[in-house]
Amino acid sequence: MRRLLCMLILMSSSAWAVIETYEFSSPDLASRYHLLSQELRCPKCQNQNIADSNAPIARDLRVVLYEQLEAGQSDQQILDFMVARYGQFVRYRPEVDRQTALLWWSPLLLLVLGGLGVVRHFRQKERHPERGLTAMEREHVDRLLKDRLP
Amino acid sequence: MRVKRFIPLAVFALLALLLFKGLSIDPTALPAARLGQPFPDFSQPELLTEELIDASALRPGPALVNVWATWCYSCRVEHPYLLALAEQGVPIYGLNYKDDSEKARQWLADLGDPYRLNIADRDGTVGLDLGVYGAPETYVLGADGVILHRHVGVLDQAVFEQDIGQWFPALAKLGQANAPEGSAQ
Repeated sequence: MRRLLCMLILMSSSAWAVIETYEFSSPDLASRYHLLSQELRCPKCQNQNIADSNAPIARDLRVVLYEQLEAGQSDQQILDFMVARYGQFVRYRPEVDRQTALLWWSPLLLLVLGGLGVVRHFRQKERHPERGLTAMEREHVDRLLKDRLP
Repeated sequence: MRVKRFIPLAVFALLALLLFKGLSIDPTALPAARLGQPFPDFSQPELLTEELIDASALRPGPALVNVWATWCYSCRVEHPYLLALAEQGVPIYGLNYKDDSEKARQWLADLGDPYRLNIADRDGTVGLDLGVYGAPETYVLGADGVILHRHVGVLDQAVFEQDIGQWFPALAKLGQANAPEGSAQ
């Protein structure tokens, strides 16, 4: 059983993930490498970032990322380089433009719409407060309860 | 007040329409970032002659640039159709992507050579600049060398007629008379 579990763990994608190691000239570059490789999306195996994917293209992009970091490129320059080749798709957090505006703003839009709905609901309740029972209704309720209760 | 009753129905209809449209979208099809731009400049050897070539070698257009490699199984599938297209006069330039040049030359010798020339992109830099993420891919270049279209996957007659033939109007008439062989699968 334990052996099976070990095998399953070894076969999971995260165990396969990072295959190569890079020597960075500074720890700052290494941490930027980790951040960027998690933000960049693999064009081939979608829904994996290039850090997790072992598709050949993801490996190539990691090499490019490493080389550009060592060459002193800024995060923005590197992201622009990737976007110029693979489109906004390659970023998990695409820039806000006309195409991605809906993606970015719809959560806020939905929140505002929901908020308006709630406000409206309570306003209506205020305008029509519960009026209580008329004498006839109370009599009816009493009769029903008498029948049901021991 | 009556209109209000139909709001849930309207919301449902809109949602259904949205989701229905989602069914027909291919999530693996990526928009090509390089559309409308000239073919990225490069300086790489030609596969057969080993002479250095650059983007000006890919003119005149309209032409196809086919990304292929010997390790790519689907490339073997589309190869007969590329030969047929070349025979009909469609200029096809090859981008031999991350491949062993010796094997690639052997492949062309064995299976036939549909390409006007081949960029030997051994480390994949031209492919990267172009936004290639696999093989096969086929790009349409306009007369001025601008990228007009990208097709990802096997190029066959159906794809050609639907998406690519429009840039080769002379061929459309010709193609009806004698459709390329071995391409209908």
